Amino acid sequence: MALLEVKDLSIHFGGVKAVQNVNFSVDSGIVYSVIGPNGAGKTTLFNLITGVYKPTTGEIRLDGEAVHGKSPNELARRGMARTFQNLQICMNMSAVENVMVGAHLRLDRNLVKAALRFPALRKRDAEMRNEAAGLMRFVGLDKFADARADSMPYGALKRLEIARALAMKPRLIFLDEPAAGLNPKETIEVDHLVRKVADSGVTVVLVEHDMKMVMNLSDRILVLDYGKKLAEGTGEEVRRNPDVIAAYLGAHA
Amino acid sequence: MKNTTKGLVIVAVILAIVPFVSPNSYYTDLAIRMAINATIVLGLNLLIGFAGQISLGHAGFLGIGAYASAVLPTHLGWHPLLAMGAGAAVTAVLAGLVARPIFKLKGHYLAMATLGLGIIINIALRNEAQWTGGPDGMPVPAMSLFGFELSGDKHWYWVVAALLLVSIWASLNLIDSPFGRALRALHGSEVASQVVGVDIVRYKVAIFVLSAVFASLMGSVTAHYIGFVSPNFADFFHSIELVTMVVVGGMASVFGSLVGAVLLTALPQALATFEGWETVVFGAILMGFMIFLPKGIVPTIAARFGKGE
Repeated sequence: MALLEVKDLSIHFGGVKAVQNVNFSVDSGIVYSVIGPNGAGKTTLFNLITGVYKPTTGEIRLDGEAVHGKSPNELARRGMARTFQNLQICMNMSAVENVMVGAHLRLDRNLVKAALRFPALRKRDAEMRNEAAGLMRFVGLDKFADARADSMPYGALKRLEIARALAMKPRLIFLDEPAAGLNPKETIEVDHLVRKVADSGVTVVLVEHDMKMVMNLSDRILVLDYGKKLAEGTGEEVRRNPDVIAAYLGAHA
Repeated sequence: MKNTTKGLVIVAVILAIVPFVSPNSYYTDLAIRMAINATIVLGLNLLIGFAGQISLGHAGFLGIGAYASAVLPTHLGWHPLLAMGAGAAVTAVLAGLVARPIFKLKGHYLAMATLGLGIIINIALRNEAQWTGGPDGMPVPAMSLFGFELSGDKHWYWVVAALLLVSIWASLNLIDSPFGRALRALHGSEVASQVVGVDIVRYKVAIFVLSAVFASLMGSVTAHYIGFVSPNFADFFHSIELVTMVVVGGMASVFGSLVGAVLLTALPQALATFEGWETVVFGAILMGFMIFLPKGIVPTIAARFGKGE
């Protein structure tokens, strides 16, 4: 059974049909990419699956369980993590604290124990701080270990989001344009990072405009255009699909 | 030693010295009121500075605590500690009930809703004259602990100093914990904190209730210390004073809360010559800080001299 199944998923904003009857499924352990021209509905699709938007119609199943309409924090409990195209970093916190927030559900969140400094809670928190520092090394942010988030450059913040998502120990991670706004060198580094994440056993769903990166990483690709599924298949199948070529090159096929 | 620990030790030392250097009871009284305000402002700063939510009605909760300590022992003969607990419990229930619908609101709407709540409490206290003495207020019976009656500045000073110190310690612990990080995270990015599993409404409600209970308990303490309550405890201007203390000292700064409370408690004394115009001066100070020192005193100094708290 597929880890993630999406059936006839649609969302309408007033008259705008941002996502229309989209179907696909993602098997466990693969890198699955969603591509399409700007405004094709890729981020909307992510927002639907991760619970930020509620679908107008359709079904989303995670490991067979219907999860459409559930809130983001309920989906987080089920092992779903994501990053954001427009950064969502907590600038009022340090870099490592941002990563620790990712482990929210894995820690003791009791208010009273926290206020009274229960040793078990402090100990676990100290361990988590080390684990978060380790995740920052994993994504290549060693030198920002003691930095405040608001003092970090854009490229580093993109990785910090990935580290935060990994701190959840997710089964499934949605990366929304992790290479957007990065220079070619940084893009290659993110490419390697996504590969490392996938190799660590996390299923990756990727939205990305950098085609080299997409072709390089993806086991399967979904192409969206005007909110509809245009094509789906391996990189090679998608690349040869005449509809995809038409959408990307603007030709009337 | 960590900076926060150093700060805690410094505050403890200052608190221990004050009664011995205070030249007369006027200054001891001032110090007590500073400590009471500082404790309330600490709780309010958790809500405003750390979680990023506003409350313009906190004096209302203070009023509930103060009046619980006045009304219940006077009319029903309750023990003052029991009355204090009852005030806190009523505050917790009321804050919890209104918090859910209130936190569906954001920004100005949240400010308006909390403002309205504070005003309603104030009106109720003014109107229920047979219980509360109405606009004239009422006397508060003395607090006794284990047969020992708390009276006079010296007793109360140590009580409020201990409460303040424990509150600082607990606040510092809280903000550096998974609970506290979730609060700060929802301030930084609501959507990011949601997708990592933070139930943001629950956290907003929890911190609102906690800060309201802080205010209620300190309202009870104030009532017993002064020996008298009036609806002014719960009026809108008092809420604004508390928010001003948070802003002036520094949002999201535990030690800033102390600085803000100390300065703005002393200020009306210094402004006594402006009789009747203190409110205007307060407003001007609040505006001045918003424009010239929006981060507040302590965070600005901390940024200037390198390390944060």
